[in-house]
Parts: sequence; C-alpha cells; structure tokens
Amino acid sequence: MSDFAQPRLTLGRLTIHATLLLACAVYLVPLIVMLLTSFKTPEDIRTGNLLSWPEAFSAMGWLTAWDSIGGYFWNSVKIVIPAVLISTALGALNGYVLSMWRFRGSQLFFGLLLFGCFLPFQVILLPASFTLGKLGLANTTTGLVLVHVVYGLAFTTLFFRNFYVSVPDALVRAARLDGAGFFTIFGRILLPMSVPIIMVCLIWQFTQIWNDFLFGVVFASGDTQPVTVALNNLVNTSTGAKRYNVDMAAAMIAGLPTLVVYVVAGKYFLRGLTAGAVKG
Amino acid sequence: MSSIALQARPAKASPLDALQRWLPKLVLAPSMLIVLVGFYAYIGWTFLLSFTNSRFMPSYKWVGLQQYERLWDNDRWWVASQNLLVFGGLFIAISLLIGVVLAVLLDQRIRREGLIRTIYLYPMALSMIVTGTAWQWLLNPGLGLDKLLRDWGWEGFRFDWLVDPDRVIYCLVIAAVWQASGFVMALFLAGLRSVDQSIIRAAQVDGASLPTIYLRIVLPSLRPVFFSALMILAHIAIKSFDLVAAMTAGGPGYSSDLPAMFMYAHTFTRGQMGLGAASAMLMLGAVMAIIVPYLYSELRNKRHV
Amino acid sequence: MNAFHRLALSVSLALPVLAHAGEVEVLHWWTSGGEKRAADTLQKLVEQKGHSWKDFAVAGGGGEAAMTVLKTRAVSGNPPSAAQIKGPDIQEWGELGLLANLDDTAKSERWDELLPEQVRKIMQYDGSYVAVPVNVHRVNWLWINPEVFEKAGATPPKTLDEFFAAADKLKAVGFIPVAHGGQPWQDGTVFEGFVLSILGPDDYHKAFVELDNDTLTGDKMVQAFTALKKLRDYIDADAAGREWNRATGMVIDGKAGMQIMGDWAKSEFTAANKVAGKDYQCLPFPGTQGSFAFNIDSLAMFKLSNDDNRKAQEDLARTVLEPEFQTFFNQNKGSIPVRQDQDMSEFDACAQQSMTDFKEAAKGSGLQPSLTHGMAASSYVQGAVFDVVTNFFNDPKADPQKAAKQLAAAIKAVQ
Repeated sequence: MSDFAQPRLTLGRLTIHATLLLACAVYLVPLIVMLLTSFKTPEDIRTGNLLSWPEAFSAMGWLTAWDSIGGYFWNSVKIVIPAVLISTALGALNGYVLSMWRFRGSQLFFGLLLFGCFLPFQVILLPASFTLGKLGLANTTTGLVLVHVVYGLAFTTLFFRNFYVSVPDALVRAARLDGAGFFTIFGRILLPMSVPIIMVCLIWQFTQIWNDFLFGVVFASGDTQPVTVALNNLVNTSTGAKRYNVDMAAAMIAGLPTLVVYVVAGKYFLRGLTAGAVKG
Repeated sequence: MSSIALQARPAKASPLDALQRWLPKLVLAPSMLIVLVGFYAYIGWTFLLSFTNSRFMPSYKWVGLQQYERLWDNDRWWVASQNLLVFGGLFIAISLLIGVVLAVLLDQRIRREGLIRTIYLYPMALSMIVTGTAWQWLLNPGLGLDKLLRDWGWEGFRFDWLVDPDRVIYCLVIAAVWQASGFVMALFLAGLRSVDQSIIRAAQVDGASLPTIYLRIVLPSLRPVFFSALMILAHIAIKSFDLVAAMTAGGPGYSSDLPAMFMYAHTFTRGQMGLGAASAMLMLGAVMAIIVPYLYSELRNKRHV
Repeated sequence: MNAFHRLALSVSLALPVLAHAGEVEVLHWWTSGGEKRAADTLQKLVEQKGHSWKDFAVAGGGGEAAMTVLKTRAVSGNPPSAAQIKGPDIQEWGELGLLANLDDTAKSERWDELLPEQVRKIMQYDGSYVAVPVNVHRVNWLWINPEVFEKAGATPPKTLDEFFAAADKLKAVGFIPVAHGGQPWQDGTVFEGFVLSILGPDDYHKAFVELDNDTLTGDKMVQAFTALKKLRDYIDADAAGREWNRATGMVIDGKAGMQIMGDWAKSEFTAANKVAGKDYQCLPFPGTQGSFAFNIDSLAMFKLSNDDNRKAQEDLARTVLEPEFQTFFNQNKGSIPVRQDQDMSEFDACAQQSMTDFKEAAKGSGLQPSLTHGMAASSYVQGAVFDVVTNFFNDPKADPQKAAKQLAAAIKAVQ
C-alpha cells in the first residue's frame, strides 16, 4: 500500500483509530490480567484487583508451574510434530486429487469429509478407543498422533482443495500433454506454489492439536499425557487453596507455543488466507 | 464434469498408464477408508446404541425409541438445546459483525496495522480451556471486573451475569466472541485485500462515497469469505464443550448447559450411555439440517471448474 | 507431621526387594495438596515392596474426567490395575466381569475383622472382595467460626430451628450466615443434610437407597425442599460456581459464620494453621446427631493377565490398609481410617469424634450412605437428583411440592 499517500487526519479517521485502539484494549486485557496475576503472591491476589500492579514480582508461580507441567510439555511436542506433518501431507495429496483428478464419487467423498468438520468428537470417543485398543496403541503417543491425523484430515483437505481449485487448469493440462505424471505435476508445479497454504495448514493444525484436551485426556495416561491435561490436573484442585498465580503461569506456559506461532507467523497465516484458502 | 483426465488421456494404454489412471484413487484410498470408518462407521455405532438400553457400558438390548422419548421429556435437554440456539446464533452473528467492522476499519491504511492485526488475532491461538479459565475470573462477581470498577470509584457497579441463571449464557457468548472475532477479522481482511482495487477506484471516480463502496461493491464480492467464516464459527459453536466446562460447568443449576455437555455427562459420568447416544444423534441431525443444504449448493457451484 | 516421619522411617527400613517385581497402574484423582502427598506415599510404599508404579492421575469434576478415561480404557481392553471407584458403581463394574477377586488377600489380612459390615458390603461383588477401602469421610458436618458467632451473639445450633435462628443473628450483624458454593454436588450435599435431619436415618434410607416413591414425594421431603429454599436467604449472591474450598476460606477469614460440608473441609482449616475446637468448631449437621452419612474412597482392582502385575496389585491392596498408611493418608485428607482397630491418638478432636460417632452409628441404622457422593445409588440416580436439586435451588420461584414430585419422577425415569 506504499503507493498511497498517508491520508489526512480527519474526524472520521480519528474515530477509526479510536475504535481500533479500544478494540486492542479489549483483546489485550485478559492476557494482561493473566500475566500480572502470574507474577503476584497469593496474598497480593487476595488484596489487589485484576489490574493492580504486583507488590513485588515473584517468579514462584512460574517455577512451581514449570515443575508440575514441564515434563508434559515435551509430550505435547512429541505428539504435535508428527501429527501436524502427516495430516498436512495427507491433506495436500487429498486436495490435489479432489481438485485436479476428480473421478466419479470424489465430490461425494469431499462432502462426506467436510461434514467431518462439524462432528462433535464425543460421538467417536468409545469406538475410537476400542479401535486403538485392538491396534495395541492405547495410551501411547503414537495412538494420539493417529487420532489427531484422522480427525484433522477434514480441515487440511479442505484447505488444500480450495487452494488448488483456484489454480488454472491450463497449467496442469499443459504439463500432462508434455507427459508429466501424477506425482511429477504435484511436485514440480503445485507444491512450489503451495507455500502460503502449507503455512495456513501447519499453523491451524498446530494450534488445534496443541490445544486439544478431549483426545489427550481420553487416549493418553500418566507419562504420555499432553500438557493441556497436565494443566487441567493442576488447575482443578479438589482440596487445598487455589493458587491463582500458579494456575495462570501454567496456563501461560501451556499457551506459549501457540501464541508464539501466531505472533511470529501470523503474517504468513494471513498471507496464505489471502492466497485462496478462504475462497470457500 | 469436464474432467481433465478424460481430455488428456493418451491414445495408447500401457500398464504404466493404467497405473497413472488409478493413482489418484489409490492416493485417496487411505483417507477414504479413514473417513468411512473413523467418521461414518463410528456414527453408525452410536446410532445403534441410541436404540439400546446401554447404561454403564455399551449393551445391545433393543429398546426402540425409548431413549428418544426420555430425551423429549427431559427438561435439562430442552434447556441445553435452547442454549445452543441462543449461544450459537449470538456468537456467530456478533463475531461476524465485529469481524467485518474491524476488517473494514483496519483496511483504511492504518499505521502499525501488523501489530494491531496480531493483537486481534492472538486469542484464537489459546485453547478454550485457557479462555474459559481467564474469563471466568474476569467476569467473577466479587473478584473480577466487578471489584475493579468499584475500586476505580464506580461504587454502584454490579455485573453478576455469570451467576444469574437467565444471563449466564451471554457470558459464554462474550468469551467466545473474544476468542473468535479477531480470526473472522483476519479472514475478511484477507478477502478485502484480494478485491480488485481498480473497481474501487472506478467507483470513486464515479463519486461514490467510501461506505457506499464497501456496502454495495466490496462486501457483496466477499460472499465466499462470509461462508468460510460461517463454517469455522459454526464448527466452534458446536464444539464449545471445553469453554463451558472451564467457565461455568453448566451452572448455575444447569442453566448454561449445552448439548455437547449434556451428551458427555450422560454418556460418561452418569451411566446413561443410551440416552447420551440419542442426544448425540439429535445434535448430528440438527447439524445436518443446517450444513448439508449449504454443502450441497457450494459443491454444485464448484462443478464448473 | 509426626506420623510422616514415622512413615518415612518405616519406608526406609522396609524389607529387601521381593523377587518378582510387577507394575501397578493406579487411576485416581488425588492431584492436589494433601491428597497428592498421600498418593505419593502410597507410591513409595508400593515401590518399597519392589514394584513399579505407573501414576495415572486425571483431575477434574470430582472424578468425572477419570471415569470417562476409565471407560474408554476398559473398552479398549486395557484397564489399569486399580482405579478409584466408589459405592454402587463397584457393583456395575463387577457385573461387567472386569474386577479381580481379592478374597485370598482379604483372608490373610483378616479384612472381615478389620472392616465394619456396611463397608464390607460395598467392597464385595457377589460375595467376593473386588475393592479395597481407603478411608471414611463424614458428610454431615457443620463448620463454625466461633469468633463470628460470638460477635453476633449466636449459639452453635443443635436443631434446624436453632440453625436458622443463628443464621438470622449472623445476618443481622452483617455476616454472610452460610458460606456456600453453587455447584450441583455442593447443593446436593446441603440438601442431603436437610433430608437426613428432617426424615431421619430410616426414611433417608427408604428414600435414597430403596428409592421408595412414597417417601420421595412425602410431606417430609417437601419440608426438606422448603428448608433448602429457605437457605437461599442466608447465602451470598456470588455463590454460583464457587469452589467448596473458597467457601471454607470465607469461614476461615471470618466473612461467613458457617459452612455445611464434609470433613474434607478440615484440610483447608489445617492448611490455614487453624486448630480444631479452638479456631473452628465441627458439629454434626443440626438434627443429625447420631447419624453418620458416609463417603468412602476405595480402589477397585481390575483383572490382569500378568502374574507379576497381579502380585503387585495384591501388595497394593495390602498396603492401603496398613496402619501407617491409614494414619498418614487420613490426616492429610480430613477423613478417618477405615480400620476399626486404628489408634486415633494422633488425630485431632474432630476426627476422634467422627470415629466415635461412626462406631456408634454402625450399631444401629444411623450409618447411612451419602447419595451426593455416590455411595447410596448408582451414578445415574445421583445425576438425576443433582439436576432436580440444583435447578430447584437456583430458581427463586421454585415450588417445594413440585420439586418433590420431580425428584421422584426423575429417579423413576433413569431406573
């Protein structure tokens, strides 16, 4: 937009800026409250209010929180990385077939898959755990990876299919006349232009899988639990005083990776969306 | 269906070519299997359970429509269903409205747009559990916003929607809108950026005002974005189980219960698996009633590609 | 922490490692504060016997999350060695044929002599032991801040009339009379207290164990609902969703005068360095003297195929009933030991009274299972009661007469 001159300051623009700033404040307040609280002492929390400055910054909350959920943090990493990569790769191939190599019934399949986006996952918990048990994957990180791949497929396929639909047919047709095969076309022509949508897909899947609680609590146990389950175990005390500073610090720790991804890569996320993912 | 596969088929068919023709189907096969088993066979199994008297664990004693009749008579189920309508409707409408407004405002060549965009977008990165925990505390009467504004001198301030059975559902809406509206903004902003600038300039030359240009020309061209946003919001609304669990646990009483909570509680904690399965099927039926016509029309429109 | 030192000593001096080491996986929701310390100790004792311990903690909703996980584990054909299962739900699991037979261990450890009959019945399926009890909680307690009572000129109540009279006095001086948290199980705990007080233990049994329709819709049940409705005037407006321990905190801080809660509330007082009988008082819920609504935590044992693991499972069951563990665990949790021969001298005044009352109540009909805590009826009846009670308590216009009918109808609907 640099070719436009910065518009003059008018009353209208002032209102726009004010509205945008107000919205910023609203979006930021919960995060600020969580941060402030995580550095307070329990005494400070009781006497102060949400936005009061901590009397003294205490790292106790963070240290205690890391002690209790730090180990599970790495479980989440171990689950997220393969699950995101596999589901993205499968989604890309599916999207490619569904947009460039349609055959009788492929549209129906796409419809069936899309419907999966709206499936309330509680419905499949019991049969899924039965299947995992039969496969010998109950309570393993491998089992969780599998589950996340299966139920992430709907969205990843949707992303890629919609992206590839907007690619001109002529490109692919020309390649075919030159004798290029299925994988050559995918690897040489489509993949290089897919970077934006791959970013969208990676970020979306990373957020979804990292933040998952339901599958984590049901399909993992003990040492294999992801960090969200550990967070829940920490926050949901049945006895003992509630330590809000620890709770908030733990919530921040559990939320940090996805936050960082959004802040650092949010730009690419939006760029990818612009590039065609949203052309429903 | 003007499939490119047909037009491009070579004259001579060799085994390699046959493989080439089958390759797309082979590549799609694992996913098809996954979808058929992991989605539809499992749904079928739940459907079967909804006609049994399964309690603690699955059993296959047929009771016909009895579970559905019990659901019909269950007051809590009606509260939950009604709540989903209120919550889903308000959440989707408000998120779309805020998202569109912010996107249009942010499209006015604002300095530091990147930073502002990130601020609007970040709540989407958090899990519903974290959002619910944070907002439960923010809206907590006595501890949260209530106390803050009174500390700041607004003596008579009282905000107790979280403990008011008639209003608690709006608290869920507030938290959910906070989480998702920035994402909707991002979707629309991306859409706005892909609108052909020359059309806008032409309209400007014709003397149309900026609001008119947006309302008449730009936003109508964003119909696909609108539907994508609707899809994702509906997806969140139907699944907002974590949010309710973390924020109100369905309370006070069961005034903020949602069908997903109802189904979970009855299937897993109350040993009413048959009833839970029946409620899941009704949920699914409602989703189908809304989504399938949309999917159908969208897929039909795409056939010309 | 005298007991803790002794326990640590006994752990370090324990016998050499046994030849066959197995693994125990224990599903529980003892994840916080004193509970977690107690669970860690159990782990240490089991490891001392040469077995390895696989911790399987799932917190949340008083074990609701854990039950979900347990069901999916059982469906996948891979249950843990032991799981925290309570009351009649043990029978449900037994019926599915999933639980292990502990009769040999029970015989060699003389469980028949150690455990009172009412407890034994719950731990057995089809005449055989399938679970081991960990502790006994008393649910019908009233916790009082004597300083607040003194300021208001109120006297600790023994009857329901005195209870509401004291509440009026507390209210008049500006205290919150009753600290309460508006969660279904807390509403249920309070309701259960009123029912036990107004109906008496025999009719309580008829209503909540036999699920007798006439008792459920009777005049006295209507009275119990009326009393519950009356209680609404004595709690603060912010109660909804409040955790029980924050309600206890209000009594400790002197903001509120009383709390109706089970003896786990004691762990909060202890954590705040308050002394039983001096800084706070524990009274049986007004009108329930001589009755004891119990809530027993237990570990049900699942059938295992591996012999070493089965041995480890038996050792776990044995360890749970060892006096050292019983003392340490129960001091941390606020409950009393389940062993009838336990030395109570190291326990505080409330626990000692609880033990005396327990033994007394066990002789007659006073010992009754808590419905709210899943001891009286299966989880589906419990859930149905929660729905009716919590909805009634949160609706200012609710009619007690109608509520009693709804209660009976809801219970009937799930049977």
